[in-house]
Amino acid sequence: MNGHRGFSVLRSEAAGAVRTALVSAENLQLTLKTELSQEEQHLTPHTHTNGGPDETHTKGNDDLKEMLESNKESLKLEAMKRVVGLIAKGKNASELFPAVVKNVASKNIELKKLVYVYLVRYAEEQQDLALLSISTFQKALKDPNQLIRASALRVLSSIRVPIIVPIMMLAIKEAASDMSPYVRKTSAHAIQKLYSLDQDQKELLIEVIEKLLKDKSTLVAGSVVMAFEEVCPDRIDLIHKNYRKLCNLLVDVEEWGQVVIISMLTRYARTQFTSPWKEDGVFDEHSERAFYESDEEKTRDETEAKPYMMDPDHRLLLRNTKPLLQSRNTAVVMSVAQLYWHLAPKNEVSIVTKSLIRLLRSHREVQYIVLQNIATMSIQRKGMFEPYMKSFYVRSTDATHIKSLKLEILTSLANEANISTILREFQTYVKSQDKQFAAGTIQAIGRCATNISEVTDTCLNGLVLLLSNRDETVVAESVVVIRKLLQTQPTQHSDIIKHMAKLFDKITVPMARASILWLMGEYCERVPKIAPDVLRKMAKSFTSEEDIVKLQTVNLAAKLYLTNSKQTKLLTQYILNLGKYDQNYDIRDRTRFIRQLIVPNDKNGALSKYAHRILLAPKPAPVLKSAYKDRDRYQLGTLSHTINTKASGYLELSDWPAVAPDQSVRNVEVIEPVKEWAPSLGKTGKSKPAKSSDDKFYSDSGEEGKGPGSSSSADDSSSSSSEESGSDAESRVEKNSSQSSEESDKSSSQSEKSSSESDSDSEKKKRKTKTPLQKKTVKPTAKDGDSDENGNVAKEANSSSAEESSSDSESDSDTHTDSDSGTEHKKKTKSKAKPKVEVKSMKEVCLLDLGDFTPAPVTQHKSSVLSPSLLGDLEGLSLSNVSSTIQVRGPAFVPEKSHDLLHRMTGKGLSAQYQFPRQPCLYQPTMVSVQISLTNTTDHPLEEIHIGDRSPTGLNIHCFNTIESLEPEASVTVFMGIDFNDSTQAANFQLCTKEDHFSVSIQPAIGELFLPITMTELDFRKEQGKLLGMNESSATITMAAENMTSQPISRPVATVANLGVVPSGQDNVHRFAGKTASSGAVVLVTVELRESSTALITINTEKSVMGSMLLRDLKLALAQA
Amino acid sequence: MIHSLFLVNSSGDIFLEKHWKSVVSRSVCDYFFEAQERASEPENVPPVIPTPHHYLISVLRHRIYFVAVIQSEVPPLFVIEFLHRVVDTFQDYFGVCTEAAIKDNVVVVYELLEEMLDNGFPLATESNILKELIKPPTILRTVVNTITGSTNVGEQLPTGQLSVVPWRRTGVKYTNNEAYFDVVEEIDAIIDKSGSTITAEIQGVIDACVKLTGMPDLTLSFMNPRLLDDVSFHPCVRFKRWEAERILSFIPPDGNFRLLSYHVSCQNLVAIPVYVKHNITFREGSSQGRFELTLGPKQTMGKGLEAVIISSQLPRGVLNTNLNPSQGTYNFDPVTKLLSWDVGKINPQKLPSLKGSMSLQAGASKPDENPTINIQFKIQQSALSGLKVNRLDMYGEKYKPFKGIKYMTKAGKFQVRT
Repeated sequence: MNGHRGFSVLRSEAAGAVRTALVSAENLQLTLKTELSQEEQHLTPHTHTNGGPDETHTKGNDDLKEMLESNKESLKLEAMKRVVGLIAKGKNASELFPAVVKNVASKNIELKKLVYVYLVRYAEEQQDLALLSISTFQKALKDPNQLIRASALRVLSSIRVPIIVPIMMLAIKEAASDMSPYVRKTSAHAIQKLYSLDQDQKELLIEVIEKLLKDKSTLVAGSVVMAFEEVCPDRIDLIHKNYRKLCNLLVDVEEWGQVVIISMLTRYARTQFTSPWKEDGVFDEHSERAFYESDEEKTRDETEAKPYMMDPDHRLLLRNTKPLLQSRNTAVVMSVAQLYWHLAPKNEVSIVTKSLIRLLRSHREVQYIVLQNIATMSIQRKGMFEPYMKSFYVRSTDATHIKSLKLEILTSLANEANISTILREFQTYVKSQDKQFAAGTIQAIGRCATNISEVTDTCLNGLVLLLSNRDETVVAESVVVIRKLLQTQPTQHSDIIKHMAKLFDKITVPMARASILWLMGEYCERVPKIAPDVLRKMAKSFTSEEDIVKLQTVNLAAKLYLTNSKQTKLLTQYILNLGKYDQNYDIRDRTRFIRQLIVPNDKNGALSKYAHRILLAPKPAPVLKSAYKDRDRYQLGTLSHTINTKASGYLELSDWPAVAPDQSVRNVEVIEPVKEWAPSLGKTGKSKPAKSSDDKFYSDSGEEGKGPGSSSSADDSSSSSSEESGSDAESRVEKNSSQSSEESDKSSSQSEKSSSESDSDSEKKKRKTKTPLQKKTVKPTAKDGDSDENGNVAKEANSSSAEESSSDSESDSDTHTDSDSGTEHKKKTKSKAKPKVEVKSMKEVCLLDLGDFTPAPVTQHKSSVLSPSLLGDLEGLSLSNVSSTIQVRGPAFVPEKSHDLLHRMTGKGLSAQYQFPRQPCLYQPTMVSVQISLTNTTDHPLEEIHIGDRSPTGLNIHCFNTIESLEPEASVTVFMGIDFNDSTQAANFQLCTKEDHFSVSIQPAIGELFLPITMTELDFRKEQGKLLGMNESSATITMAAENMTSQPISRPVATVANLGVVPSGQDNVHRFAGKTASSGAVVLVTVELRESSTALITINTEKSVMGSMLLRDLKLALAQA
Repeated sequence: MIHSLFLVNSSGDIFLEKHWKSVVSRSVCDYFFEAQERASEPENVPPVIPTPHHYLISVLRHRIYFVAVIQSEVPPLFVIEFLHRVVDTFQDYFGVCTEAAIKDNVVVVYELLEEMLDNGFPLATESNILKELIKPPTILRTVVNTITGSTNVGEQLPTGQLSVVPWRRTGVKYTNNEAYFDVVEEIDAIIDKSGSTITAEIQGVIDACVKLTGMPDLTLSFMNPRLLDDVSFHPCVRFKRWEAERILSFIPPDGNFRLLSYHVSCQNLVAIPVYVKHNITFREGSSQGRFELTLGPKQTMGKGLEAVIISSQLPRGVLNTNLNPSQGTYNFDPVTKLLSWDVGKINPQKLPSLKGSMSLQAGASKPDENPTINIQFKIQQSALSGLKVNRLDMYGEKYKPFKGIKYMTKAGKFQVRT
């Protein structure tokens, strides 16, 4: 047997070697061939001798070249279409490169795209020529159209020319902070491309990845995680802060991104959480069933009962992936299934079963992969799939590999209860016309027989019946399986061995014959009469047998010689003589070995004494086990699992850590840059709230249902805080002082934090008390406990004391220890009030624990017109890197121009107009405030005017409060905040009344997206110095001579854009400064008046696209002036 | 992820190739051809083939192999699902997905593939988005394009791409606003020799054709939603609403799409709508075999069985058949040994039958197994599971749409063992 196995291994190895050699030879030939044809192509134009097909081909290309160089667009397009046809067929069209690359700057988009296709295909081969096209892409990268920017980046990064790596790097960095999420997505894709081109850029690319991971757009999430997996899958630390965000975004990410994120999170979770699998985890069918109905409560019970407590983040992942089991994308379903398999507590895994069974209805290839994974799963967890056993019944129309997988699963599922059903099903399969499948069934029966002792005899009898089957593959397989079965219980079955001996003459398949011979030899003592006879027959036919049969014949002879030498001595000698001169060296070797071993002679007496023990040692029965037994070492659903070897790039799933790493790393904190207080700017100045409140948003995570009162408390805290800012808003309306508006601005941002962090309140008290402590140590500057407190103090000082009650009640539901710079300012200005506050805040912290379970009192500002909704608060704030000396100020000029939002005809009597009041938005600093006046022109009151659906739905709008009723001829003015995300894309939403919905849209002019800031000339120059090169755009215009004084210049500029005037030392240079509302990027405008009534406009901003748009508007405005 | 794509026809020729990263030599497909040769049937080619440097993942549809070349670890289903999406898109664009159609539209195919994948990672797979980027070729547009030189490529970024409703484009306008839903159920069954059901299950889909102006928000409710055991949704369906109220609430994509596919819990007994009486015998030593088949309706809730087609793979030993159908036409292919009988409609008064003899190879032994019979049929205006749509409401738009719901039952993999 062993010899045979060794031999077969050898043989297959040899065959493999030959095959690879052949293939490489073929490759060689192929490459040779292509070279040759190229050469031919070069030759043919010169020689013109042989009119082969090559010539016509080249001629065709000349033709194309002419068409490409013609002036007619349509001819060029036609030519490019044919070129693409050539590429598609795999023909070589590289010689057209110079002609094609000229058209890269074409205006025709389709032509351009086809040129891109060509470039990407051949740029690698023609690097020098490819460089000609680079400048076109660089220009396109700054195009105002996001589609063009994105496609330029796509092509630029697809050109695999090492020389342009720095240009690519720059473009990626730029695009990563583009205002269009689509462009940012493209930049995430470009990261991988650049990485595969130049691995040295890794560190820089990781920085970009880190930045993009923070992106809150669902469009970007999938792509950046993909880039992460490709470039730095080991940098798990980059994920911590984004973990909760990713979990929460998951449902809204596009399906391909979901697959990537889920598999990344699976790996992440295995390193960060402790095992949810009970040590004594015996799989319990009943608990599983009960669990099905109510998993949420059950888990709670369980976590309370056992010492193991699941990390809330771990639970978050499981909960947020579960709905994806309903996805129509099979890859998503499979990835959720594997996530549950690898991460969920044992009793929760079975919720994936139904969905996996559903996938079996899909395409053949999908079935194949899903069945493979089920095969692995079913070995460990029969219970999961047993109720669905019938789904694995084989149909005659299934492909062979599907059939054998189903068989595999059925075998794994077999137990005492269902074995009779399964065996009946197997009986049908054995008769199948697909003999390979029939043979597989016999093996499956063998496995069932060994696993379930009750049916061993039945199976054995059935298999013996199969021995008389007409098909020899079936018979052979039966013999082999019977041999294995007999070996497990050799005592009772001598009649089966006799039966097989009788059949021996009929059986021709070598493997089966060899098996019978082995059985004879092994159990020769049970069939003392028959065995020598079989040997006699074999001696007759020895020379014509297959090698494997010969080896077993030698074995049989040796064994008989030892047990029954009287009858078989001569036969044995005869066979050994035949074997000695066999052509096969294995057989000659074996023969020599056996002869020395059993035939006693003087030299080797010592060994022959033990011959009996060597040859007839009791042999362990083979274990019939599944081929899928060891596949679970690979992560399910992976390529490596499918091919059962490690695929390149496979990332090992780590074991659960014994002790969970610090879970607080996932808490998203405010990272506080230390800011300077610039007293010279006075109270009107205010720095932006610190970065990363937008990260905060995601930590909110809707942890509902964690602690008993938690969800309500979360709601309460956010609603009360929103009311608070609403009240501020009201006060702002009354006073209309920029000071208080900024404060409300700040407090609304705080309320945001409070709402976002309320989940950490609601989780566990233990954790809650722990967090403030940590934060205190992190930020020694923030000495007092509660930032809200500070906000409240500020308010106390500024507005009426009546509000104090509301702030107190609000802090009941709030527990925060963050500070922001605004807080710090207040602390300094109101240092006298501070000690008092501190004492109070400590008390409040204690109260808070109770506050978790009692709803926060409703404040009196419920009727406020401007109460921001919870939704608005949830959206993120944006980071600002503006330095402290730059302060937001009031607008220099508020244009009166209002725009129609809804005409009274279309609005059925409701008319609406909007204008930009150019005030910093009080709901969120990233929003642009919009003032809307609603007028009822009908003769009946309009009721319930509110804002309905919006699109894009991700659009962050702060709605005004529902207007209960608007009397005829009455009008009302309300304020909204809209986060345009630094783009001029229109915000579409619905204006609804009780009966109707009207779709309206607000399209901001570019100038409205800025906030004016004050700065000194020095600062202006400093900032300008940082924003040179690609960040600068300028133009020279002609303007009327009488307008060359200062006043008319600042006026049109201020009309166009909400910018602040920077005091200037020179008469002919005017400077304006602002920052973008959403991202807070500085925008600097310089207008330099020159002789002959020309002016040079220069705009410096890192948002180069906004810059170019602003430049266009300014040019228009100033030229008019 | 996906490195390259090769399209291979049934005779083993590569007729299209596309590379997203650096170019992979065609010779990598030799491993595929090797596997193709080894497989007895086209379906038996394994979907995943490892080669020394690459992995080949292929799907077979419309007798074309779509072979994706992969270089490193990736979930195989990811690739398979994507390839199927590609085929669906081609079908959507060209009506059919054949070698000829692909060759005729090679430029559009290339443009599509370029948009669908970026660096091997799927970019836009939603047909609504793609159609805004690249307009499907129609005869009219082809004519106009050749005259005016205008293009098939859209100039704007599809609006859907940026919104959270990526499946719907904005600014949809129709003069006739209509929404049609087809509830199509397929019954999969295995019936054994004696006529008893071994396994039977019902899978259903709701296909929709929605042509509504603006941004309509639809809700669809069922009389008996509890019937649905396991469902998968189009991404437009709001899952939370389904969980809570068992109501389908969604903003539909524009045009045709599959809203939902479902599985009816197998605990419910499935009514088998058709029965087969068969008598297929081969006698030992004789070169003749008998073949008798009679079909009849059973539990069809008064609806007629239509478009009945019987097919069966006869054993290799059968040389030819001499059969008489009482209705319809039958055909036997002596090479593939495939018998097919197009029955048409079943008249309960006069049951269709197919009787006659088979001639066997002389001297060949009797086949061990009788052939399996596959049945296809349709029952109009009835969903076998009893699923009923209760009502369809529209919110968010002012007009009154025209609504229609159709039910149908079909045979899926319906097999009778004889």
